[in-house]
Amino acid sequence: MAATITVDIVAPDQTLWSGTARSVSAPTVEGSIGLLAQHEPVLAVLRAGSVAVVGEDGARTEVAIEGGFLSFDQDKVTIVADAGSGLAAYE
Amino acid sequence: MSGKQREYRGRIRSTQSLKKIFRAMELIAASRIGKARERVGMAAPYTRAIQRSISSVAYHSDTDHPLTSERPDTNRVAMLVVTADRGMAGAYSANVLREAERLRERLEAEGKEVVQYASGRRAVSYYRFRHRELAGSWDDGSDAPEFARAVEIADALSEAFLKGAAEGGVSEIHVVYTRFRSMVTQEPWVIRMLPIEVVEGVEESTGEIEPLYDFEPSADEVLDALYPRYIRARIFTCLLQAAASELANRQRAMNTAVTNAEDIIRQYTRLANSARQAEITQEISEIVSGADALAASS
Repeated sequence: MAATITVDIVAPDQTLWSGTARSVSAPTVEGSIGLLAQHEPVLAVLRAGSVAVVGEDGARTEVAIEGGFLSFDQDKVTIVADAGSGLAAYE
Repeated sequence: MSGKQREYRGRIRSTQSLKKIFRAMELIAASRIGKARERVGMAAPYTRAIQRSISSVAYHSDTDHPLTSERPDTNRVAMLVVTADRGMAGAYSANVLREAERLRERLEAEGKEVVQYASGRRAVSYYRFRHRELAGSWDDGSDAPEFARAVEIADALSEAFLKGAAEGGVSEIHVVYTRFRSMVTQEPWVIRMLPIEVVEGVEESTGEIEPLYDFEPSADEVLDALYPRYIRARIFTCLLQAAASELANRQRAMNTAVTNAEDIIRQYTRLANSARQAEITQEISEIVSGADALAASS
């Protein structure tokens, strides 16, 4: 089995996506970052765009974000998305 | 029906309608509190994620940020008080305000000048009545705070913190709110929001080689993005906890009010009954003595 990473995408008032994935790509202020397992620890500022997560089963999920930041450490990635991001509005 | 009886009946009727109102407010508070607690829970991962990132940045780089550094250049400090918009929540707002007054005394004893910010109509009117100047006030939505409101408050506070001493900048920011510990325990709580103390969640070195973070674009810019979000998230958490506490307090206060209304109704029912009996007794004795008088005269 390929190595996986734990992903949490959180917004101020809810968790947008949580689970394990093969890869994650996110829009940073300088371009775009793609993360696989064993990536070196990174903290990046994100711009508005779309975060793509490829799940363990190969299913691709996209989450639109309004900006935020990303931290990756020990195969665990946390994406902090700003308000107004998300698949669906809260409430 | 005599005057006394009518008065008692009237009181019973008005207490009964009040009781219905109290009961309704209790039920409303009870139904909304679940949602409020859920929102506290849903906001937690966000705050935690930011906190962790801040700790790691602070740990793995030695950059200094204006939001973390002490400011010795001014003795002005800001205080934000978070209360309810409406009453009917027992001593909820009064407790927060009392805590705020205590903090003010402490700060003034240290020779500091307090700049007051207030969230919630109760706090606003409390300070207005005492002719205290408010540097900023927000007076709606205390029982269902929006994130946008937290952003407004956080940005106003950060701005005050980053301003120069001559333009009315402040050196510290304290927040007084009510912490929601459980359904039965909520307590007034004071936290120092700024300057940020980065101590929470810093992991001790385990002897292994520390992971070296790659910052994109740079450590400073990452911090610039992190800190404002951190303050917003913390303010939002405060507002959410205060909202949950407010609803819990309201539910409890209304429950007590219903019980008291029932007591009053019972008490007045007794009084009304005894007034009715007294009236009947009096009528009987009047009739009997009248009949006696007639029998004696014939």
